[in-house]
Amino acid sequence: MQEFLQQIVSGIASGGIFASLALALVLIYNAMGLVNFAQGEMAMLATFIAFTLVDHGVSYWIAFPVTLVVAFAGGILVQRIVIRPVERAPILTLVIVTLGLATLVNGVAGFIFGYVPRSFPSPFSAQTVNLLGAFVSYRDLGVIGVSTVVLLLIYLLLQRTTIGLTMRAAAHHPEASRLLGVHVSWMLALGWGLASAVGAVSGIMVAPILLLEPNMMQTIIIYAFAAAVLGGIESPLGAVVGGLIVGVTVNLAGAYIPFVGGDLQLAVALAIIITVLVIKPNGLFGRPSVRRV
Amino acid sequence: MLQRIRTAPPRYWLVVVVVLFFAGFPTVISSFQAGQWALALILAIAIMGLNILVGYSGQLSLGHGAFMAFGAYASAILAHRYKMDYLVTIPIAGLLTGMVGFLFGVPALRLSALYLALATFALAVVMPSLIKRPVGLTGGVQGISLPPVVVPQLAKDGFTMLTGSAMTSDQWVYYVTFAYALVLFWLAWNLVRHRAGRAMRAIRDGEVAAAASGINISGYKTLAFGISALYAGIAGSLLGLATGYISPDTFPVSLSIQLLVGAVVGGLASIPGPLLGGIFAYFLPIESNQWVPTQTWIPSQIVATVVKAGPAVTYGVVLILLMIFAPNGIVGLATAGYNRLRRRLRGAADRESGHIPPDPQTV
Repeated sequence: MQEFLQQIVSGIASGGIFASLALALVLIYNAMGLVNFAQGEMAMLATFIAFTLVDHGVSYWIAFPVTLVVAFAGGILVQRIVIRPVERAPILTLVIVTLGLATLVNGVAGFIFGYVPRSFPSPFSAQTVNLLGAFVSYRDLGVIGVSTVVLLLIYLLLQRTTIGLTMRAAAHHPEASRLLGVHVSWMLALGWGLASAVGAVSGIMVAPILLLEPNMMQTIIIYAFAAAVLGGIESPLGAVVGGLIVGVTVNLAGAYIPFVGGDLQLAVALAIIITVLVIKPNGLFGRPSVRRV
Repeated sequence: MLQRIRTAPPRYWLVVVVVLFFAGFPTVISSFQAGQWALALILAIAIMGLNILVGYSGQLSLGHGAFMAFGAYASAILAHRYKMDYLVTIPIAGLLTGMVGFLFGVPALRLSALYLALATFALAVVMPSLIKRPVGLTGGVQGISLPPVVVPQLAKDGFTMLTGSAMTSDQWVYYVTFAYALVLFWLAWNLVRHRAGRAMRAIRDGEVAAAASGINISGYKTLAFGISALYAGIAGSLLGLATGYISPDTFPVSLSIQLLVGAVVGGLASIPGPLLGGIFAYFLPIESNQWVPTQTWIPSQIVATVVKAGPAVTYGVVLILLMIFAPNGIVGLATAGYNRLRRRLRGAADRESGHIPPDPQTV
């Protein structure tokens, strides 16, 4: 029972990481109906920036927000340079562009930082604390705490501020928003920046666990896909809930199903994706889609 | 007959020239290079499969490397465990992969283009770890080593008679691949010009309108998936023949990306596109590593950068730039150029004769 509880807590911790990246995916999906295949790679690059800062002696708690700001600016830059020219192109084109972006960012990171895995510092110690009968590491608690704060901030930004309202309006009714004086294109850029920053959080959180290298996010993005799909790809709340469910499920499956073990956890994510898409394509919190002629 | 040959459109002559070129030139290049071109043709076959799916039926798959893996392992297991002749296993592997693709196409029907891209991408990422699991069947991480390629006596004799030199196994592999490529490209060409191809394109361009015209949407979509997987399966099987060894690492996600790059570069929804795309996707990473350092005029720092960055950066940049500036790839650019040229020339002819030339046929 105790071990079971521990597995659940560490599942929630990885769920928080998946949820952040899934939320980034949802933000961009809401802005332009696109799944950004480069989200994980962008987060990885941001994590390398944080690593470089910390490596040069900058304190972790300064490097963290600085990285988020850089990631935010980078996201806006990417939208302006790469995405904007194909904004109105068919979805096929857009997906291929984001894939190209993923390949490009991966290659650039490999070029600049090399493929040797590096250990990334964590501000939380690996010591455990007894919490309701389960031994939980401070590191897991820290990840849960940081993820919660970030998710809350995004929620407040989207639901309680004018800029959040404008962003949602631009995403849902671009024409009407434009008539009301909203700079729709810049709102999309803002969405990309925000997504990039949120994704960076997941990268920084996962790096101490996985070791930092250019292919670090390749598996995490699959879990994030699973989380976003499970939650209904347009719902921010769904991304969070989906992330937690995926995190716990994958962790429990890895621990208690001998066939899955450590190396087939990714296959569990694939199974979740396919099951949800076939049985309930709108996910837990999504709205049914209507097709018009 | 003569009449038909005389009135054949110029592109038929182009096809004849290209086929003769690919049939003849392994005799003048080294055996090693023939092996390289065999790999390029294998990629071209897989890309043709992807092209049928993405270009003609409008369903995006980012996981065709997984289908290649299935075909390769089907062949390898049949040849290794059941001692079948490898050449016999190639069509079997193709059909098996085709069936798997057909089955995969059924749930894919319910997915929008975006979700399908997502699911197939996940499949491509998961495939290597899935392969590792049944160790007894797939050899796990170690993979499967295949028996060395034996050139049949008949092919040996024929080759010696024609060229005067002995046929190497690389050249034999090349000609096997070439034969498959020829047949599969010809089949694809027939497919897209006839009923099924028209139906697929109608679905791609407007699903609701196609359904209203009485086209069996789910039937043709799954059919496209099956055919596409069949091509990938045969390509995977041929890859096993060409490399003599397969392991989970032979089929990383980047293979699927490489196929997509090839399809996009060559030109989606075109028949020559995948051939050009295959050549590009295969030789770009090799040449950028070998050709660039030999060029003295390029500053050494840039050379070092290109070699160190590997193909990923180039692939990424090429994908993005092509999608922005030339979404129809090389074939699209060539066709546009040719049409412009012809319009010019035709315009000149009009002024002389006063004839209005017939419209060029669509399709």
